[in-house]
Amino acid sequence: MASTLGLLLSFLIFPGLLFTAAMGLATQWVDRKVSALVQWRVGPPWYQPFADILKLLGKEIVIPAGARRAGFLFAPMAGFAAVGVVSTMLWLTNLNGAGFVGDLIGVIYLLTIPSLGIILGASASSNPLASVGASREMKLVLAYELPFIIAIFTAVTKVSPMTLRLDGILEYQAANGVLLGNVSCILAFIVCILVAQAKLTYPPFDIPEADTEIMDGTHIEYSGAALAIIKLQQAMLLFTLPILFITVFWGGLVFSGWNILYTIVKYLIIIVIIVLIKNVNPRVRIDQAMRFFWGPVTLIAVVGMVLAILGF
Amino acid sequence: MDAIKWGFKKSLWVFHLNAGACNNCDIEVLDCLCPKFDIERFGMKLVGSVKHADVLLVSGSVPRKVMPDLIEAYEQAPKPVAVVAIGACACTGGIFKDGYNFAGPVDKHIPVDAYVPGCPPRPEAIIGAVVKLMGKL
Repeated sequence: MASTLGLLLSFLIFPGLLFTAAMGLATQWVDRKVSALVQWRVGPPWYQPFADILKLLGKEIVIPAGARRAGFLFAPMAGFAAVGVVSTMLWLTNLNGAGFVGDLIGVIYLLTIPSLGIILGASASSNPLASVGASREMKLVLAYELPFIIAIFTAVTKVSPMTLRLDGILEYQAANGVLLGNVSCILAFIVCILVAQAKLTYPPFDIPEADTEIMDGTHIEYSGAALAIIKLQQAMLLFTLPILFITVFWGGLVFSGWNILYTIVKYLIIIVIIVLIKNVNPRVRIDQAMRFFWGPVTLIAVVGMVLAILGF
Repeated sequence: MDAIKWGFKKSLWVFHLNAGACNNCDIEVLDCLCPKFDIERFGMKLVGSVKHADVLLVSGSVPRKVMPDLIEAYEQAPKPVAVVAIGACACTGGIFKDGYNFAGPVDKHIPVDAYVPGCPPRPEAIIGAVVKLMGKL
C-alpha cells in the first residue's frame, strides 16, 4: 500500500507531472529567450510561460458545434499523462536505479502517445484545418519513428551485455565511459536530435501546426484549460526528450558534487542545439520531411547501427 | 484566482482581424511584432486562431459583407476578451462613413475596449492601447 502511494506521489508531484511541468515551462523560457537573442530582441521575462498557462486556465472553453465532446476534451489528457509517465520513469531510473526489463521499449512506446492524442483531438474537432494538421502529424509520426527506434537500439547494441533496461545502460556507461564517445553513438545522437525536432513539431518540421497556412493546425479549435493542457504537454516533452538522450547516450543525470553543474550544462547544450536548429531553418513540406527522414536520416541511423555491431 | 488575474495582466495574446481595412493599419500591427518594438517583452504574442485570443485587434471600416463575419469572430472568441479598434476607419468610419456599403464603425456591432485613432496609427500607439488593457480583463 505504502509503495503504491509512493508511486502515485512520484507520478503526480516529483518527478512526475508537477515537477516536469514546472521544469518544462522553465525550459520553454530558455527556448523563447534564446530565440529572442538570435533575432536581436529582448525577449520575454522568466515567468512568461507560467503566466501564459495561468491565463489560459481562466479562459472559457469553447467547444465547436460539430465536435465530439468527449474525444475533443480528453484526447490531450492522454498525451499529458503519457509524457508524465515517461518523465517519472527516467528520473526514478536516474535517481534510484529503479528500472524494469524492457522499460526502454515502454519509453519509446509512450513517447508516441502525445502525437496520437493530438491526432485524435484534432480529428474530433470537426475543423477542416485541424484535419489537415492531423493528417500531416500522422505522416510525420510514420516518418520519424523508424530512424528514432534504430538510433535508440544502436545504444542497446553497443552496451555489452545487450540490455533493454535503462539502468543497465546507465551502469555500463558508469563503468566504461559515456556511449557518446563512440562513432556509432555520435551518429545515433545526431539522428535523435533531428527526431526531437519533429517530435516537438519545431521548425523545420512544424508542418502539422504551420502558423501561416493552417493557423496552429492540430490545436486550432482548442481554447482555455484544454489549450493549457496541450501547451503543458509540449513543454513537458521539451523537458523529457533531452533527459532521455542524456540517459541513453551521455551518462545519465548525476547529482553529486560538481556533477550537478555538468548535468545542467549537458541538458542546456541539447536544448540550445534544438533551439538553434529551430531558429535557422524554414518550414519544409510534408513530402520533403518524409523523404528526409526515410532517406538520409534512416541511412545515418543504419550506418550507426552497423558500426555498433562491428564494434566502433 | 489572484494568480489567474496576474496571468491576464502578464500574458495577452492578440489576434489580428482585418474587417475591410486598406492594409495600412495591418502593416503597422505587423511593425509591433518586429525586433525594434518586440511586444514579446510584455508577454504579448500574435496567435493564428481566434480561439486562442485575449485581444482582438480590429482594423477597417466594416463593410456590410464583412459585418456578419466580424460578429461571428467575436462570438467565437473565448471570453473574457478585449477588442481594440485600430485606425480612423475602425473608430469612426473615417473617409468611408458615407459609403454605400458602410455598416460600421466597429463599436456599432461589438463592444470596443480601446480606440486607437490615426491613419494609420503609430506602432507605439497600438502597443500603448494593449498595455492599457493589461489587468482590465
